[in-house]
Amino acid sequence: MSSLANIDAGASARPVRHKRVLPGFGLTMGVTLSYVCVIVLLPVIALVLKGAEIGPERFWAIVTAPRTFAALRLTLSAAAMATVFNALYGLLMAWVLVRCEFPGKRIVDALMDIPFALPTAVAGLALSALFAGNGWYGAILEPMGIKVVYTIWGVALAMSFTSIPFVVRTVQPVLEDLDPQYEQAAATLGASSFTIFRKVVFPAILPAFMTGVTLSFARSLGEFGAVVFIAGNLPMQTEIASLLAVIRLEEYDYNGASAIALVLLAIALVLLGVSNLLQARALRYKGATA
Amino acid sequence: MSMTIAHMSRRFGATEVLRGIDLTVARGELVALLGPSGSGKTTLLKIIAGLDWPDAGTLEVNGEDWLPKRAQERRIGFVFQHYALFAHMTVAENIAFGLTVLPRATRPSPRQIADKVQELLGFLQIPQLAGRYPAELSGGQRQRVALGRAMAISPQLLLLDEPFGALDAQVRRDLRRWLREVLVQAGTTTVFVTHDQEEAFELADRVVVMGAGRIEQTGSPEEIHDHPASPFVARFLGMTVELPVTLRAGRAEAPGIDASALARVAMADGAATLFLRPSDITPVPDPEGRFTIRTIASTGAMLRLLLTDGAGGTEVEIEIPRRLAPAGLAEGGHVRLRPEAGRLFARTEPLSQSAAGAFATAHDPDAGRQTALSKEFTR
Repeated sequence: MSSLANIDAGASARPVRHKRVLPGFGLTMGVTLSYVCVIVLLPVIALVLKGAEIGPERFWAIVTAPRTFAALRLTLSAAAMATVFNALYGLLMAWVLVRCEFPGKRIVDALMDIPFALPTAVAGLALSALFAGNGWYGAILEPMGIKVVYTIWGVALAMSFTSIPFVVRTVQPVLEDLDPQYEQAAATLGASSFTIFRKVVFPAILPAFMTGVTLSFARSLGEFGAVVFIAGNLPMQTEIASLLAVIRLEEYDYNGASAIALVLLAIALVLLGVSNLLQARALRYKGATA
Repeated sequence: MSMTIAHMSRRFGATEVLRGIDLTVARGELVALLGPSGSGKTTLLKIIAGLDWPDAGTLEVNGEDWLPKRAQERRIGFVFQHYALFAHMTVAENIAFGLTVLPRATRPSPRQIADKVQELLGFLQIPQLAGRYPAELSGGQRQRVALGRAMAISPQLLLLDEPFGALDAQVRRDLRRWLREVLVQAGTTTVFVTHDQEEAFELADRVVVMGAGRIEQTGSPEEIHDHPASPFVARFLGMTVELPVTLRAGRAEAPGIDASALARVAMADGAATLFLRPSDITPVPDPEGRFTIRTIASTGAMLRLLLTDGAGGTEVEIEIPRRLAPAGLAEGGHVRLRPEAGRLFARTEPLSQSAAGAFATAHDPDAGRQTALSKEFTR
């Protein structure tokens, strides 16, 4: 009896070391952290440091130089156009793939991954062949006065093609998990189909939708392979920022290259940050649990 | 409002879920659809709500054909088993939903909607929850919100699918009394679905027992409890002891069984089966008795005896209050049985595992379903 009391006293006096139930925590965590540092964080820091060497005045001069400015403006506008299209069309695709039953649905679903799987250069070549004046689509569009190749439309088209799966693939699983009873409940309360979508379905998929749209925009900003084939790359007109960075590098203008890269990096980071903030806001109802 | 359902049937693929349902619900009535899983009760409820459609039959409310109407046009309040509260809306927004989606012409002003929500929150005794999100509520609170949301549109008919299914046992019992009061006070015609007979009996004015897509019996809780209309209902309502007897001049006779406490029945002489609840049997110690006591287990207030039938070898479980237990009960001892109440039916085969599956209309005949079913029988 007394020995039992002693054990009790000893246990409460000494801090108890909690053993983890899941195995390999130290190893897996260590590997993950080192990977993030070496592969993701270090290059970004190197870029920032390289940019810092330039100095703010010189940096400003490079970025606002007409050619750089035009390239950045084109990249942003085209990426925005591509993203608006992807947001609408990607949402529709996800909806159809989840809610509609039709023959060949599995094939369409598999086709959705092609833009990811296809080498971007192949995509760029295929698109420029199609939309060139003598291509299948170009032959129809150009007589109507719509020129795609060598214009901002071509840039946006290439960006949209390579990034649309981001929207579809992030929205799709959330839509699949959405229990039909929420829509049924809204229906019994008298809501029309459009109201049900606007007030019940869309808020539920909104966080995933925003993630998809942000990723799509970030990917469009940096898209290179597909764009350079269709853009024509005319300085001041259809030259995208990443291509200009490559050109500067080839001219041994390291400062010019890293200044452009830094601007792209900053835009992408700000965007991710804003998107995460908006998502946290959209998910505020899930944060606090009783 | 009053509702009439006639000859309604529904099949999913090869499974007949409803096989000719006829049911009338009067204005202001509180009706329970009681049955095991797969008996078709939830399908019937969804058809009334306009969330599913029958293959044949009619559904009329106040003499008006409801089948061409969509769920939106029926003005019913439906409370889902897991409540289906909108997670991104506060409690007040959830309750107001049915009013805010009305067409502009008939929509009350924001002021009126807010007043209605306040009134309902007060009525359901949850005014302090107005600004919370569903994720921040307990199961019982969610149920109240779901009920408030359904009642906000002043429904002609309130439908509840397993209203206590997602709650734990203690909360269930507390909420049952509360819900009965709320529903009686609201005066709305209500139909609810449950597999729990206690729930059905305590809440409803009238209980409709369903099995295998048919209505087996309709009546007041007392009628159904005392006079189950079929072996199915008897088994489902806990008459788990089935003894083969011989009927002579309306009385059951069998060696080792003293059925003198049972009333005479107007049935032809011959073989019959006596259905009994384990708690309606008194064991009488008798060295010559037909039944041998295998085990005696005490649950505190009750004694549970497992008996072996010396003649047939089958097992019989009975339950008696411990303070009323006759002296001389011991494991290995012999007893006669004295049924205090029971129900006689023409001879039926004892319930076997396969028979249990057959009358459960397994629309997915998996093992889990059968376990759930046998649990319901022994409850």
